[in-house]
Amino acid sequence: MPPIIETCNLTRRFGSNTAVDYISLSIEKGEVFGLLGPNGAGKTTLLSMLCTILKPTSGTATVNCYDIIRQNHQVRQSIGIVFQDPSIDADMTGLENLQMHADLYDVPFSEVDARIKTVLELVQLEDRAKDFLHTYSGGMRRRLEIARGLLHYPKVLFLDEPTIGLDPQSREHMWDHIRMLKKREDMTIILTTHYMEEADRLCDRVAIIDQGKIVALDQPSALKNGLGGDTIILGTKDGQVLCDLLLNKKVSDNVQVHNGEVRAMVANANVLLPRIMEHASTAGIYIEYIYLNHPDMNDVFIHYTGKELRHEQARGQLGKMAMMRRRRVR
Amino acid sequence: MSELRGIYTLWFREVKKFLREKTRLLNAFCQPLLWLFIFGTGMRFTAGIPGINYQEFIFPGLVCQAMLFTAMFMGISVIWDREFGFLKEILVSPISRSSIFFGKMLGASTDVMLQGIIIFPFAFLIGAHMDFVIFLEALPIMLLITFGLVCIGLTFASLLKSFEGFGLIQTFINLPMFFLSGALFPLTNVPQWLQWVSYANPLTYGVDALRTVMMGGIWTPLFPIYVSIAVLLAFDVIMFTIGTYAFSRTE
Repeated sequence: MPPIIETCNLTRRFGSNTAVDYISLSIEKGEVFGLLGPNGAGKTTLLSMLCTILKPTSGTATVNCYDIIRQNHQVRQSIGIVFQDPSIDADMTGLENLQMHADLYDVPFSEVDARIKTVLELVQLEDRAKDFLHTYSGGMRRRLEIARGLLHYPKVLFLDEPTIGLDPQSREHMWDHIRMLKKREDMTIILTTHYMEEADRLCDRVAIIDQGKIVALDQPSALKNGLGGDTIILGTKDGQVLCDLLLNKKVSDNVQVHNGEVRAMVANANVLLPRIMEHASTAGIYIEYIYLNHPDMNDVFIHYTGKELRHEQARGQLGKMAMMRRRRVR
Repeated sequence: MSELRGIYTLWFREVKKFLREKTRLLNAFCQPLLWLFIFGTGMRFTAGIPGINYQEFIFPGLVCQAMLFTAMFMGISVIWDREFGFLKEILVSPISRSSIFFGKMLGASTDVMLQGIIIFPFAFLIGAHMDFVIFLEALPIMLLITFGLVCIGLTFASLLKSFEGFGLIQTFINLPMFFLSGALFPLTNVPQWLQWVSYANPLTYGVDALRTVMMGGIWTPLFPIYVSIAVLLAFDVIMFTIGTYAFSRTE
């Protein structure tokens, strides 16, 4: 089966700034594919080109086997999009927004009502359908936008920062929705995010984008394992003895003593920890405490981009932006 | 077929939103009253035109004014759609750009026509000559005025990226077009330069054609009515072409 999305040296420049820099990737049908990167890495620009609202400077791409430049009409029929910024008409009701979408995408008249009912149920908004959108909360609007994106049965659903500005509870909900969609509708979902946890828990594969380039692309677990596995930290008075013992017994070839703690880098801490305890007790070494460090996507990100994701700062700013936007919409 | 459906839904949205804005409708109803009864009465008794009821004289002008201001405002509403993100939803749909422009134009034009028609009952209050036939004759002229004006508004909306330029349009497009259209004073006794500038204003032909139809024999037209209609038609075609071009280039 040909990939549902394939890009070939896709590039977009804005003046002297290259937002997307010769990106080539292919995405299989049915995947949840994450584009991970800091603000301004080029995620939205890449998405906009795949959605045909931005023309590439050079390179090509196909979506659902249609060329994004020459067959943009067919591409638009094949995709659903939930933009990063709100794109609903707040002066209309939820139902009216959905009806308008059905008309724009030429959903068969006989199916419109049934489909609207289904998507509203999916995002649990059926009892608010007749309310004006300016009475919706931020999370409800987001859900309505997702419902709208599904109305014309797209083959590919693009979600640009689907959980930005949502509280942790709504974010969990959104993840559940996305998982359910993947399972029920057999849809390919491409989402951008700068939340590490989101990429880790939701995506089948993740591409880390930095300064317009893909710096890593794999399953989240593989990316994490690629960092050399876990770190075991052991607190003991006999640090140097334990360190030599572990090296001798070949538990790990990377063991260090640091501030009276023994740090062992291992491939799989869950398997090796019982062995370590055994060796220690046989040698009569008393261990005061233990903790484990599993690498997370944040470590992966730092490894590949050489910098901390500007997470906290970005979250604060975006929260403020979302609030301002909401106020303006009112 | 799908394009027609897209055009229909865009038209329907404009009209629905227009009819829902109760405050705007109230304003649309009351503002001409002020012009007619305060401005009109004052002018009639201080600077009247011999042989003509001044209120009857400005009535077609006020219809044009209401349409002009609404057309600009509705056209500019595309900026709002952009600002609040809804424009993206439309632009990414399979509907072509020219159909989007056309749907928007039809929707805004319907609003503008409603706005103009709202004012008609006032004709009876000022004792102007008005009946159903006159009303029917006025409609096509109003439609010709509307299309071109709405296209001007939409063109500006395609070019402007934010709402800040709206004040400038008010000052440099709306008011000059209104004052230079002969809506408030006859263009027969004004200095030559003012007359020439006014003749370059398409709205002048609209006001003149409406007066010809509404005032009947009391009014001596500046131009034969077929000339006015030809000018308005040309204005529509030109503005529609420019508007479609400008809109299809927006990103």
